[in-house]
Amino acid sequence: MPGLGTSFGRGGATTFQQDLQNSDVIVIQGSNMAECHPVGFQWVMEAKQRGAKVIHVDPRFTRTSAMADLHVPIRAGTDIAFLGGIVNYIIENERWFDEYVKHYTNATTIVDEGFRDTEDLDGFFSGWDPETGQYDISTWSYAGTEEHTAGGHKEQGAAVSGEQAHGAHGMKLDRGRPPKEDETMQHPRCVFQILKRHYSRYTPELVEEVCGIPKETFLQVAETLCQNSGRERTGAFCYAVGWTQHTVGVQYIRTAGIIQLLLGNIGRPGGGILALRGHANIQGSTDIPTLFNILPGYLPMPHPQAGPDLDTWVGNTSPRTGAWGDMRNYAVSLLKAWFGDAATGENDFCFGLLPRIDADHSHYAAINRMLDGKCPGFFVVGENPVVGSANGRMQRFALANLEWLVVRDVQLIETATFWKDSREIETGELKTEEIGTEVFFMPAASHTEKDGSFTNTQRLLQWHWKAVEPEGDARSELQWTFDLGRRVRRKLAGSTEPRDRALLNLTWNYTTQGPHDEPDAQEVLQEIGGRHADGSFVEKYQDLKNDGSTSCGSWIHAGVYKGGVNQAARKKPHTEQNWVAPEWGWAWPANRHIIYNRASADPSGKPWSERKKYVWWDEEQQKWTGYDDPDFVPDKPPDYQPKKNDIGLDALRGDSPFIIQADGRGWLYAPAGLMDGPMPTHYEPHESPATNPLYTQQQNPLRQRFNRPENPYNPTDPEPGWDVFPYVVTTYRLTEHHTAGGMSRTVPILSQLQPELFCEISPELAAERGIEHGDWATIVTSRTAIEARANVTDRVKPLRVEGRTIHQVGLPYHWGPGGIVKGDTANDLFPLVLDPNVHIQEVKAATCDILPGRRPRGPDVLRLVEDYKRRAGVKVVGE
Amino acid sequence: MSSNAKLLTLDAGAWPDTYGEMAKPRMGFFTDTSICIGCKACEVACKEWNHVPEDFKGFTGKSYDNTLHLDADNWRHVAFIEQRLPAALDGDTATESLVQIAARRELEEDSGLDTLQEGEGLRWLMASDVCKHCSHAACLDVCPTGALFRTEYGTVVVQADICNGCGYCVPACPFGVLSKRKPDGRVWKCTLCYDRLRDDKEPACAQACPTNSIQYGELTELHERAEARLQEMQDAGQTSARLYGAHPDDGVGGFGAFFLLLDEPEVYGLPPDPVVTTRDLPGIWASTGAAAVALAVGIAAACIGGRR
Repeated sequence: MPGLGTSFGRGGATTFQQDLQNSDVIVIQGSNMAECHPVGFQWVMEAKQRGAKVIHVDPRFTRTSAMADLHVPIRAGTDIAFLGGIVNYIIENERWFDEYVKHYTNATTIVDEGFRDTEDLDGFFSGWDPETGQYDISTWSYAGTEEHTAGGHKEQGAAVSGEQAHGAHGMKLDRGRPPKEDETMQHPRCVFQILKRHYSRYTPELVEEVCGIPKETFLQVAETLCQNSGRERTGAFCYAVGWTQHTVGVQYIRTAGIIQLLLGNIGRPGGGILALRGHANIQGSTDIPTLFNILPGYLPMPHPQAGPDLDTWVGNTSPRTGAWGDMRNYAVSLLKAWFGDAATGENDFCFGLLPRIDADHSHYAAINRMLDGKCPGFFVVGENPVVGSANGRMQRFALANLEWLVVRDVQLIETATFWKDSREIETGELKTEEIGTEVFFMPAASHTEKDGSFTNTQRLLQWHWKAVEPEGDARSELQWTFDLGRRVRRKLAGSTEPRDRALLNLTWNYTTQGPHDEPDAQEVLQEIGGRHADGSFVEKYQDLKNDGSTSCGSWIHAGVYKGGVNQAARKKPHTEQNWVAPEWGWAWPANRHIIYNRASADPSGKPWSERKKYVWWDEEQQKWTGYDDPDFVPDKPPDYQPKKNDIGLDALRGDSPFIIQADGRGWLYAPAGLMDGPMPTHYEPHESPATNPLYTQQQNPLRQRFNRPENPYNPTDPEPGWDVFPYVVTTYRLTEHHTAGGMSRTVPILSQLQPELFCEISPELAAERGIEHGDWATIVTSRTAIEARANVTDRVKPLRVEGRTIHQVGLPYHWGPGGIVKGDTANDLFPLVLDPNVHIQEVKAATCDILPGRRPRGPDVLRLVEDYKRRAGVKVVGE
Repeated sequence: MSSNAKLLTLDAGAWPDTYGEMAKPRMGFFTDTSICIGCKACEVACKEWNHVPEDFKGFTGKSYDNTLHLDADNWRHVAFIEQRLPAALDGDTATESLVQIAARRELEEDSGLDTLQEGEGLRWLMASDVCKHCSHAACLDVCPTGALFRTEYGTVVVQADICNGCGYCVPACPFGVLSKRKPDGRVWKCTLCYDRLRDDKEPACAQACPTNSIQYGELTELHERAEARLQEMQDAGQTSARLYGAHPDDGVGGFGAFFLLLDEPEVYGLPPDPVVTTRDLPGIWASTGAAAVALAVGIAAACIGGRR
């Protein structure tokens, strides 16, 4: 997640769930932790029993709110206004942790004189190009840096954004220091002063006006957070997709990062930002990515303009200083892991065989290409996009336009059955006999039927062993992918086509075993963990070399098989080790549980306080020690000063905890790495019933829109017709179901617990629209209309926003036409509009109308929606 | 008659004495509802382990509760109590709005926050209910086949291969825990995972509970733990918190599965003062017996008199 990556260096949670027990305040926002992460929530309850304050900021009062000390109802999509208000509160009231901020953040750095803020340019930062709809980010740089946009940003563009920005952790700096600094933080262009000005209008009054949160409640949160931060106390933030699934989602997380840096809460026990992931292995699927734009370990995917050779690519995408200064070591080791003996110094370690990405190839971009008839085939593995992705209608029309579709899942999900049971069949828009898509359904083994690992929300790899063989034709992903590769390679054998070299040169030789010729999953882990030329396992990423003498499938996982031991399979009980439990599983990097933990000690290496002791400098032994593996060069003293022309970690000082960044500091201000600005700015959601009071620019100017007939947008305030869709609608999950339902709507004892789709609305809204509790209600957007049982509850409150009452409608998104319990799909209501950094859909805030009763059947529902679009004046390009 | 009465009322005497050396310490549940997050993992784990069938009641509209009550197909039931309370509980400030209450607070001095239940005028209580495994269990008293029995752990279990589906136990339970399964016809209920206990494993619900709201152990130890927790909560100002079913002198002689509640039992749909329904049976039998004797004497006398 680049929100974390650009702030601190790595795109993973900075802490671990067990550490929440040490928090003095826990703010859960953009997450319904008790319902969606009930097992991890035990640590929140531990903290609460110990006297910590738990605050839940959420549009609805959920099971998390019921356990919190304070629930703060917020208008969906306004979190930056709220968090920005906290930043302003901290600065206005001089509550920041001064020593931490001055030494460990870039607050003192002076920024290029060409930089202009959104406050100066009415919602735009400097560098906006209305022609391309992009920023030229050169003026965002640190003052005096020769090269304005190092690190990935030479290659940054609309098509190639996001996670590969992980390669963009700074610019070329001598001795890891910015050229111009002001230790007093008084210079008008130093980051601190820029930050102060940027958030000065985010007052408690503004928070009340935008978010609908009474000023006093807001102040209570801000003050509680400040009182529970500092030398003696720490606070944590927990977030999940309630923050990410917005058109400014990445910047939500950035704002929390700014707060936590100002308060000195990163790298310290009880502090941090916990990114709660949506599935058991979401973290793992970005570390060893299923994403189109990064390579394992967050190496950027090369682009056509990256140049043909390895060194040009490395030079363009990494800073010289900080841990990314050694990027060539990681890249060469990866190429050796993939291409083995074929990768040599003479042929640039087969760098030329890596694919180049020329455009956005994310899921939604691919869906658009399918609709345009430009993408003939589609593999869907472990996903149910016709239920789980935004604008389900668009998803289904796209699938119907394919030549072939492969779906691998443990259940026969709707993505494999869309041709017979989708709502577009009912409306007559699709006819089964006219759909040409050939669908292959491949039954998948469940996790109990295969060996492997999950990487959980806190970067912790936990190995699981197969308990039983999969039944029937079900196979593991590993077996299936390996077998597919073998088959393709057999077909290509003997080919002299250059394009086939990549496949033919791959090392594709895992040992197989068992009745299904299952590859040995531990061999894959060994490849990921890395080896020396003699076959012995590497211990840590610092062992990796750039001359081809080491191989490593993912540098952040280097050492996961150190000593020939599957470190992820260790299961020593917590009762037999310290509370960090380093011998349970293995956390990347280097089994570090709290990262940037050098920051748990003061600049001289002493703990900030006895109570918050974690990692410190041992003067006698001349090394860092503590409860966790130090996230630092183990013997680099606190007073270490780099020499001129030092590179990599050597270029960072002894008091620079954020070792991935070129300047070793936490970034209050991100001079590079994000498409839509160096500091988070409040923009309204793409569809909103409120006007942005801060700027004429209503929404994130870089949000990705898709203007096509299948994807109409509701008008947004102040456009005419916005009040045809006067209510806010948001989606969420319930404990009883799993995401798009494939693993829960098929299980009777889970299905009985939440058998029907419902909508949660306030008694006031129910009265306004004549809806009875328990009866049906129909929710309408310009995409479609769905029906749900009305759950009229005090847990949803109307909010006062800009002098008006705003109602919010809550919808769990688990249902579809398949499974044991069936229902309409909430995501069908939402438009396709994306965050520019990570191409994630905005399904946590849109607008809708709600009516009593069931929706019309068959084609009548289309007439209802058409009527709404006519009344609202919805215009669609191409229609 | 008197020996019969003893059998009916003193079932507790059957344990541990009748087990002799095989008797185990009495095991039970302490369900601390103050930390229940309503995840229903207990319901699912119970069904999974004990092969309890699914039971679709549809969308009930009762908050997030679509199980509604304990019965033959639901041996754990998480109740959801969603209530609006007066915005302020302290006397004459009861008419204040939430905003006014927040304004009244001296923010600088007040590092703590009031609990949400008091602060926001809304509360959402969650509590996992289960068979109480009563010390004086009426279900056991009335079972004519011996299908219901008290185990060596002091728990009350129905033996499926002996139950004949007569249903006497159904109205006997003061909590409405027991019911007959359709179309099976027999009675099913929580066994406190008797099979797992015999393998030294904790019951499935307790193991699945993520927050330790459901705690399993020796009853005497659980009582100590519960008293300490109650004290902690009352010290923290939660004065309406209480233990339910922890007292051996209550109407059922205390529960083997007792609770910490945040309010009156009625709030959770539990009887405030449960009584073993067979409590009065000895008296009734005695009266009935006396009446029968008197009747027999009268009839005899009449007959004798009639011959006169």
